[in-house]
Formats: sequence, structure tokens, C-alpha cells
Amino acid sequence: MMKLSFEVNGTPCDLAEIDTRTTLLDALREHLRLTGTKKGCDHGQCGACTVLVNGTRINSCLSLAVQHHGDRITTIEGLGTPGALHPMQAAFVRHDGYQCGYCTPGQICSAVAVLAEIEAGVPSHVTADLGAAPPLTNLEIRERMSGNICRCGAYSNIVDAMAEVAGVKA
Amino acid sequence: MKFEHPAGLNPIDRLTVVGRPVDRIDGPLKTTGTALYAHERHDVAPNQAYGVVVGAAIARGRVETIDVRAARAAPGVLAVVTTLDVPRLGRGRMNYAYLFGGAEIQHYHQAIAVVVAETFEQARAAAALIRADYTPEQGRFDLAAEAGHAPLHGDGDEPVHRVGDFETAFAAAPVTLDRTYTTPDQSHVMIEPHATVAVWDGDRLTLWTSNQMIAWSKKAVADILGMPAEKVRVVSPYVGGGFGGKLFVRADAVLAALGAKAAGRPVRVALTRPLVINNTTHRPATIQRIRIGAERDGRITAIAHESTSGNLPDGSPETAVAQTKLLYAGAARMIAMRLARLDLPEGNAMRAPGEAPGMMALEIAIDEMAEALGLDPVEFRIRNDTQVDPAHPGRPFSYRDLVGCLRLGAERFGWSARDPKPASVRDGRWLIGLGVAAGFRNNLLTKSSARVELDRHGVVTVSTDMTDIGTGSYTIIAQTAAEMLGVGLEKVVVRLGDSDFPASAGSGGQWGANNATAGVYAACVRLRDAVARKLGLNATDIDFADGEVMSGDRRVPLGEAAGEGLSAEDGIEYGSLAKDYQQSTFAGHFVEVAVDAHTGETRLRRMLAVCSAGRILNPKSARSQVIGAMTMGAGAALMEKLSVDTRRGFFVNHDLAGYEVPVHADIPHQEVIFLDEADPISSPMKAKGVGELGLCGVGAAIANAIYNATGVRVRDYPITLDTYLDRLPRPA
Ligand code: FES
Ligand code: FES
Repeated sequence: MMKLSFEVNGTPCDLAEIDTRTTLLDALREHLRLTGTKKGCDHGQCGACTVLVNGTRINSCLSLAVQHHGDRITTIEGLGTPGALHPMQAAFVRHDGYQCGYCTPGQICSAVAVLAEIEAGVPSHVTADLGAAPPLTNLEIRERMSGNICRCGAYSNIVDAMAEVAGVKA
Repeated sequence: MKFEHPAGLNPIDRLTVVGRPVDRIDGPLKTTGTALYAHERHDVAPNQAYGVVVGAAIARGRVETIDVRAARAAPGVLAVVTTLDVPRLGRGRMNYAYLFGGAEIQHYHQAIAVVVAETFEQARAAAALIRADYTPEQGRFDLAAEAGHAPLHGDGDEPVHRVGDFETAFAAAPVTLDRTYTTPDQSHVMIEPHATVAVWDGDRLTLWTSNQMIAWSKKAVADILGMPAEKVRVVSPYVGGGFGGKLFVRADAVLAALGAKAAGRPVRVALTRPLVINNTTHRPATIQRIRIGAERDGRITAIAHESTSGNLPDGSPETAVAQTKLLYAGAARMIAMRLARLDLPEGNAMRAPGEAPGMMALEIAIDEMAEALGLDPVEFRIRNDTQVDPAHPGRPFSYRDLVGCLRLGAERFGWSARDPKPASVRDGRWLIGLGVAAGFRNNLLTKSSARVELDRHGVVTVSTDMTDIGTGSYTIIAQTAAEMLGVGLEKVVVRLGDSDFPASAGSGGQWGANNATAGVYAACVRLRDAVARKLGLNATDIDFADGEVMSGDRRVPLGEAAGEGLSAEDGIEYGSLAKDYQQSTFAGHFVEVAVDAHTGETRLRRMLAVCSAGRILNPKSARSQVIGAMTMGAGAALMEKLSVDTRRGFFVNHDLAGYEVPVHADIPHQEVIFLDEADPISSPMKAKGVGELGLCGVGAAIANAIYNATGVRVRDYPITLDTYLDRLPRPA
């Protein structure tokens, strides 16, 4: 058992006693009851558990909660609410970028981070010129989103939603 | 409401809300993570404990002893229940594997224990301390080895379905094809694993679970646990994908219930990802032999389709031959299935059971036959269209425009630019190919009920045990009620997935949309009558629009008409229209692939589906159903396969890294076109289903495109590059 303090969606959180085996995902879902972040595999294979840690996306099932002392975590609940959607959430609704909705929070957290990564010039596997700023193309988006599986198969619509937010043609 | 005659004009035909591509009403909840799925129901009971399921380590035999001492003594453990503590439990009507109880092991990862503890970490650690001793028995795990002596298994009265004399007609045909195709075992791998919170209140049990068929499952829980169905409540308002894998109650529900009873606390159980694959159900592999004989002008004169699959004892076959009875004309026909006994996990329905693997084979065969005849594959299909059930020519299709799908698709896709000679189009290092296949899936009718209430603010609340598994049920039900009662969508509340609500069709077999909305239609008709009676108006002479009831000059706001509130309940039931007419849905699937001339890697470049599926209730959510199905079809064609360890008897690749499904990088922009039609024979909604249609045929279209690109014909799915790399044309 350990004590853990971090910031979640802008709010300081103190967990007086957390089992050191608890993943960040389970700390969010079971201890803080922020169940917007989903558990699809618990293995780092699906991306449903994607959250932003200090602005960088990670699979929260692959990380122990106690590794995040002092970190700044953003979950889907921190992006927007049903009454005040984040632009990416609104674009997912408009483009029907989801079906069952279970991969969706992870897709949206990844989508927000992917646009920021491209903006920041972080290259990907498909970036042809590592010296230049990566272009905001369909291929770049699809490559970078490939850690988020959607078994319902909403991919084509998700890319449309992201392109709209990024202000490009998919 | 009994639906016995083709629908005439009705309020749905106004199409002011129905038929519009409105955003899903559950969208804001799903995109903000505020829709609550089964394992997230912290809200339904305090003091929930965590259960972790232990699976059997052998595929067949007996578990002799289970040592639970260390687990019981582990920190936080509240209860341990093993399969040896209870006699073998009952099973659901449509299942072949027993979920729990007794010593017999039927398949690998069958549940043998549940450990309940204060926290998930404690339960997981304690579960790892359980030691079981087994007496294994030799099992049968290899379909190819069993196929030779598998007995015939008819799906109707006769073991073999025959029309005319196939053998004679085939022998006489100037052009023939005789090929065998295989499809592998596949897993649903919905992203939400099966999960349940079980709460006992005395002898009453409530399960918050993830399930497609609430009424079936309520009954199944009662049968399995040996309790009266009235004491069981099943609740499933959000389902994180099912694809047939959640048609049935699984071990999570049963062990949450037993664990909760033993611990005296509410218990939450989710299956781990590996358990989802070997503990639950899968789509069985098939070996399919297809023979086609045709005249030189391309008319099919003889067609035979035989399929062999395997299952546990009492199990049923994968009905991969189903579509071949109906899709193409041809005077002489023979259809047969064989079923081998296997000791793998239970084979059962996965999205478009039967047609999905059947079309993967049949539509390659049709492509091969077109080539043998020197005909364009679009034209060959059109030439063999039938407007009647070939076995019963007096029985027409209710509506069938496969030809329209193929023609329009060919035009939109630029089919005429295709070079029929394989391996003739290059784009740099890529070999380019186009492929086509027909899509076909039956339209199934099943009764469905709902309750509709109207309050004094004019708010309409629909309650039904229908589920929304990503299909858009919430939205199309709201659209139906809004249209029927003349209100805006914002005035409609939809409550789904609770066995306390009237029983619906549920979600399966692409029957949900048409039947569940038809049930809501029936309840709304009754509510309209109640409003008319209340206002003393003639029900045949009133109109509901703009939130008002209108008759002649009289206009009454709906809320005022409701007074203290009105409620009506009814459902749809079907007469003989499904017998008198064959009801099916149709598509034309078009695909462009690029195959790397050096490595054989296949990339999808374009995908188009044109669908003939009756009225489309919401083109936005229906389109999503189709693109999702096309994506699953791409997986089936190119990557999905459960690998069987034929020695130890289990699916080896039991996680999402080993069982590959399409990811973003695999799927290009997808186009879907719905033909503008309505089928008045299907229901008052004049709709049919599309969720499975989009899957049926697309895999073959990809296979055919790869052939066109490379000249290499692969007849065993999935078409991974190792299956054809050595046959690729030498790169120039
Ligand atoms: S739950 Fe973390 S990647 Fe699947
Ligand atoms: S919306 Fe169901 S898995 Fe993506």
C-alpha cells in the first residue's frame, strides 16, 4: 500500500492507500470512479484505456498508478461533458465516429493527442521526410491512430471527424 | 398488432424524422464516457466485491480436485466457489457448452472457479493460487482430420436439399467449376469484455450485464441457476459490442451470481481478454466445396454447395450454405452440410452466421466461373439473377434489386476501367486490382413489444427491452416515436435493455432495427387511439404533428391531451408474409486493392457497398453499420484466424495481439450507397436490416481484387501474404 497524489482533470487527488499492483486504469475506474476510460484488454493491445499523462497519450492499463505521483492526468471526462462537448467529441457525434461507444473515449483521447503530436512535429512510421514537419494527411492520421482498435469498425468516420477538427480534407 | 398484409400508407411514410440522418441521441453520453456499461455500475449497489474467474487448463476430461486453501487464506478474499462445489448447472436453450458445475471439462478455459475479494488486485492474486488436478482425455480438435467422416446435418426436414437432378445437370454442363474453399475459426472480440454486476435481494437476482438478448437471457439465467424467471432481472442499457458473442448469458453472469451469493455481497465480474476467446463462443471454421455448371452463355444450370464444420456434442453447424439456396437462378441444385464432433470451445453465432463465411466462398466461386466463361463478373451475376425462390418458383422475393446494386456500384466505382486480365495494372511497386461480390443476407421477422407513455409536458417515453449494441437502436426508436406522435426528437426519451420492460426482438441477425421499431410503431398506434378516445375524436381522422393533435379545426397540444398521463403497450406479430415471400437484403461490394509486388503485402485502397435493404431508418447510423461490417469483412479476408493447437485443443492466439483485427491503418475511406426503396411486405416500417449485409460478400470482393491484381487465386482464408508470396508474378 502506498500514498498517491496526482492531478486528474485539473483536480488534485489524494489516494491515502493504494495497492501498488493497481494500474492507473483501475485507479481511475475503481477508486476515482471515472469510468469513462475503458478496459478492453488490460494488456496494452486495444487502446480503450488511453488517457493523457502530462499531455502525452498512454495506455493506462500498462502503467501502475503509483508511477504517477505528481502527474497531471486528463481523461475523457476532462475533455468535455454532454452539455459542453470538446470539439473532438462534437465531431465524433457529427460524423458518427463510434457505434457501441466502448472504444470511443480512448479514440477521442488519442485523436486529440495525435493532432497535437503532428502539430509538434513528432514523426511517425509513415512520415517520409524526418527533417520536415509531418503533413496532416489521411495516412498520417490512420497510422498514428492504429493503437486504438474499434471492432465496430468506425474508422472511416473517425478519420473524417479528426480531419474536420484539424481543418483538412480526410 | 398482427402484421398480415403488406403495409399501406401510414404515418411513418411522412418521413419528417424517420429516414433522416440525425445524430445519435446517445452520442453525447458515449463520447464523454458518461454512458455506463456493465462493469461500471458503481451506482447500482454499495459495497461491491470483485470476482475473478479461473479457467480450465485442459480441453477435455475431468477436474478431480481443486485446492483452494491458499486462495481462501489470501488477503481480502471473501469467497471461493469451484465447479466441484455445485452439480452441473443447466444451460441456455441455444447453447451447447455448460458454463459451470460438476467435474466434466468440455473445452479449454471452461470456468472452474471464481474467487471473490475486496479488491480486483486481491481477487486476481488469489485466483492465481488455485491448483487443480485433472484427468485429461483425448479430444478431437482438428476439423480437417474429422471432416472425412462427419455425418450429414440437415437444417430442415431433409438431410440434403435438392432441386432437380444436380449430378446429371452438372455432368452435362459445358462449363464447370469444382473447388474447395476454407474459412477459419473467428472470434467476435468486441472491445468490451463480457461483464456483470450481480445483486441478490433475498431470492431475487438482478444482473447488470452486457447482453444483446434480454428476454432470452432472463430465461437462460433462470434455467441455469434453477430459479423462477420472475425472480430474475437482467439490465443492459449499453453494450460495448456483441456481434453475436453476447446473444447468450456467459460465465461472467453465472459466476457473479454464485459469487455474490457465497460472499453475501454484490459482486462484479469481467472476463479477462484471454477468457473471452476460449471461454465464450466463436464462429466455427468451414470447409466448403462448391460446384457450378453453366451454359456457354453464362446461365447457371447446376449449383451445389456443401459445407463441413465442427462443434461440441448437441451443437449445430455453421450454416454456410444458406445463401446458395436463394442468391442465383439455376434449375438443378444440391445443398448439404456435415457436422463434425469437436472438443473446441462452443461454436455459435457471429455476425451473419452462415452467410458471412458462405459468401466468402460462394462469391470467389462465382468470380472463377465468370472468368472460365469469359464474362465480366458483374454481368455474370446479373445474368443469373432470380426474382423468385429457386426451390419454390411461386414464392417471389418481397423486393430484390441486386441488379440495381451491381449496376450502380459498377458505375460509381469505375468498374469499366478494370482490366479483366490479372496482374496487368501497376502503380510503381504496387499491383492494382479491382474485385466485386454480391452481398446477401436474409431479413428475419420476430415479434417485438414496447410501452409508450405520454406525460402532461408532451414528453414521450418509450420503454422496451431492446438493446443498442452500437446499432443505433436508441436513435431509430426515438425517430419512430417522434414520427408517429408528431413531436421533435428532443421530446422523446428512450429506455432500453431492462427485462422489466416489454420484451423486444433484441439485437441479432440484423433483425433488431425493423422489428423493434415496428413494435414501437404498434405501441404508438395504440397510444394515438388512447389520445383520440380521451379527446372524443375519431382515431381514423386525426393527425399528430408539431406537438399537437389535430382533427378538423381542432388542435390540442399533446401534453394537454395527455392530462395526467397516458400509457399504451403493444407489439408487432407477424402472419404468413415471411412464408409467402422470401425476404432478403442485397448488396454490391466493390474493392480496389494494391498488392506490393515484392512483399505481397495487400493494402485496401477503396471500398464501396451499394445496398438494397428496404427503407433506411437513419442513413447516418445505418451507414455506420455497413462500414463496420465492411471492416469486419476486411479482417476476415486478410487477417482474422483463431489458430487451433490441435494437440492441446485450444485457440492459441487468445488476445488482441495474436488475434489480429483491422486497425485504422488497414481501412481506407469507405463509401456506402443505399438504394431508395421501401419494402411494405417486411413491416409497417417498410425497413429491413443492414448490419450483417455489409459483411456478407465483402471478403470475397477483396479476394477477387487480389486475384485481379496478382493472378494468384487464394481459396483459404485469411489471405495472408505467406499463402501466396511464392506465386506472385516476378517483379519486373
Ligand atoms: S485496456 Fe489498455 S490497451 Fe486495452
Ligand atoms: S465503437 Fe464499438 S469498438 Fe469502437
